[in-house]
Amino acid sequence: MTTARALALLGCHTCGLVSRGGGGAHAACPRCGTALHARKPDSLARTWALLIAATVLYVPANVLPIMHTASIFGTQSDTIMSGVVYLWVTGSWPLAIVVFVASVFVPLAKLLALAYLAVTVQRGSARAHGERLRLYRLVELVGRWSMLDIFVVALLAALVQLRSLAEVVPGPGATAFGAVVVLTMLAAMTFDPRLIWDDRDDSTERGNG
Amino acid sequence: MAEREPSVDVSALPQAVAEPPRRSRVSLVWLVPLLALAIAGWLAWHTLSQRGPTVTILFQDAEGIEAGKTRVRYKSVDVGTVKAVELTPDRKLVRVVAELRPDAGDWLVQDSRFWVVRPRVGAAGVSGLGTLFSGAYIGMEVGKSGEEAREFRGLDVPPIVTEGLPGRQFVLRADVLGSLERGTPVFFRRIPVGQVIAYRLVPGGGGVDVQIFVDAPYDQYVTQNARFWHASGIDIELSAGGVNVRTESLASIIGGGIAFQAPPDEGLAPPAEAGAAFRLFATRAEAIAPDPGRVDRYVLYFSESVRGLAPGAPVEFRGISLGVVRDIAVEFDFDSQRFRIPVAIDLYPEKLASRAIPGVKQQQIGRREALDALIAKGFRGQLRTGNLITGQLYVALDLFPNAPKAGIDWSGDPPILPTMPGALTEAQESIGAILRKVEKVPFDRIGADVEKALASLDATLKRVEQLAANVDRDLTPEMRATLAQAQQTLAAAERTMTAAQGTVGADGALATELRDAIRELTRTMQSVRTLTDYLERNPEALIRGKRPEGTP
Repeated sequence: MTTARALALLGCHTCGLVSRGGGGAHAACPRCGTALHARKPDSLARTWALLIAATVLYVPANVLPIMHTASIFGTQSDTIMSGVVYLWVTGSWPLAIVVFVASVFVPLAKLLALAYLAVTVQRGSARAHGERLRLYRLVELVGRWSMLDIFVVALLAALVQLRSLAEVVPGPGATAFGAVVVLTMLAAMTFDPRLIWDDRDDSTERGNG
Repeated sequence: MAEREPSVDVSALPQAVAEPPRRSRVSLVWLVPLLALAIAGWLAWHTLSQRGPTVTILFQDAEGIEAGKTRVRYKSVDVGTVKAVELTPDRKLVRVVAELRPDAGDWLVQDSRFWVVRPRVGAAGVSGLGTLFSGAYIGMEVGKSGEEAREFRGLDVPPIVTEGLPGRQFVLRADVLGSLERGTPVFFRRIPVGQVIAYRLVPGGGGVDVQIFVDAPYDQYVTQNARFWHASGIDIELSAGGVNVRTESLASIIGGGIAFQAPPDEGLAPPAEAGAAFRLFATRAEAIAPDPGRVDRYVLYFSESVRGLAPGAPVEFRGISLGVVRDIAVEFDFDSQRFRIPVAIDLYPEKLASRAIPGVKQQQIGRREALDALIAKGFRGQLRTGNLITGQLYVALDLFPNAPKAGIDWSGDPPILPTMPGALTEAQESIGAILRKVEKVPFDRIGADVEKALASLDATLKRVEQLAANVDRDLTPEMRATLAQAQQTLAAAERTMTAAQGTVGADGALATELRDAIRELTRTMQSVRTLTDYLERNPEALIRGKRPEGTP
């Protein structure tokens, strides 16, 4: 398969000008001066780095409370799972499922999916290109919906400030959780889906882009 | 696609500008996971460092305690939160798990105390009012022990005196608790200076140990010779001495109290050690009473009823208290086949001696000689009524010169003093004599006589009745005739009167005639006037007679 990469053609991300790549590894667009890359630079390494960071933060995001609720009836600290359990026990099953899917399942699925993509690309797997691309698009699409919890906490913290009566304070878990979502979104962005089709032969150059 | 060559001439495309290679080969992107690790590590450390020690407190009852809401407070400062409330496996107690502040680790020592603060209303006051709205909380007090502990047994009632309050604790040994309670005030010269903090039965149940706490400036007045007594409520004392009412303060009337004071006639004593034990007397008089000194025990045998005599009743000599009744029992003497009642008394012979015999002699004359001499003079014990209303008895020791001869029985242990029948017994005997005389009155005969008298009275009454009947029968008709006649007479009189009225009345004949006569008389008078007028004008007519009409 002849690709732009095989013909040493580079497309500019900014102005779209296609130009011939020179001998040097680094090139710039002759029209607008933007740095040109055949593939996203350091794509796999960055994806891995962000994925690892997200995985590290995934633990405190689920263990630590994301919200402290203080009211005249007492204070309460909720983690994501305790919130889900609370919703489930009190009978709000649809809501419990939504929160569980958006806040627990999706981030985990994203981490696993990206890790799977990165591993297969690194190993130069030639199978199921189409499925893997679909998986990647799905990951990119659903990524933002995981911020649901953060929005809820942010809204409550802003709205429920009744001094001694009731107060909602975001907990450290919220920070970690937000970081997880952002990091997985970044990881999905830095991952270059074109790598899925790159041949095993090109894999030597892959790291350099 | 592989077969088709691109139709575009690649060489026509512009050449990309070559750039010098970047210097750093290590991608900065790896800082991100490092940063994430740092953040996660910090979060974990922060969370763990915020987490304080957990304690397990066992309570009888978890009323008002809620997991996640109930606070643990030390000196009214929040130091923790209850995390879980659960039952012990045997379901006898409630296990409350609370998480304290991170720096509370060394507060949890063996003698730290926990209790539940709820609103409480007692005689000593109202406490925990704030918890009405905020809900109950767990109070905490840090102990002094060096040994750490994580499991505690919660107190059922809040401690009254918290650790570190200046003052001292003392123990009072009492016979009964009275109206004392935790929190009951302790008074010194009617100033509330402390509180009862605890009480418990002494092992064996032979008394009550009351722990009191006296606040700092006042604890110096608890001297080694201090006497404590019940100032419980209204102290009503019913004794042979009469009714004696005494109170310490209004609060103590409601809630009772304890008062203390050094005996007034004793000098200043050094302050008592903390934890010193004192006796708790029932009354102030008992507490303040000077030490009676030596105590001699004697027994008095009485044959009469001792109803009204109680242990503690006074033993008096002409009104001066010489001792108290210690014990009363009853014995059956097989030799004489009689019951007798031994009354054991405590005599304070020093009181007697100091009054009866001057000090020097007292030493020379022994107890026996002195008493033997007194008994020879008629010194006897006797039961007397101290109070006529309540019937309280006391033992009187007095001289009865006419008493039959008797001696003191020194062989008995305690020695037996001779007695005299009491005044009450004498009175009873004389009443018995009166009753015997009354018995001799022939009530039967008197009854028969009365019966006879009643019968004759009955006959008399019957005769009176007959007489009345006779009167009715004989006299009444005659009286009736007389009455009829009288009626007739009256009718006649009435008729006469009517006739008289007809004659005299306005339309009667007499009146008519009288009117006619008057009219006639009037007419006559008119004729006379006419005649006189005519004669005035024509006096000659008297002589010539009347002139015919029309003549001048």
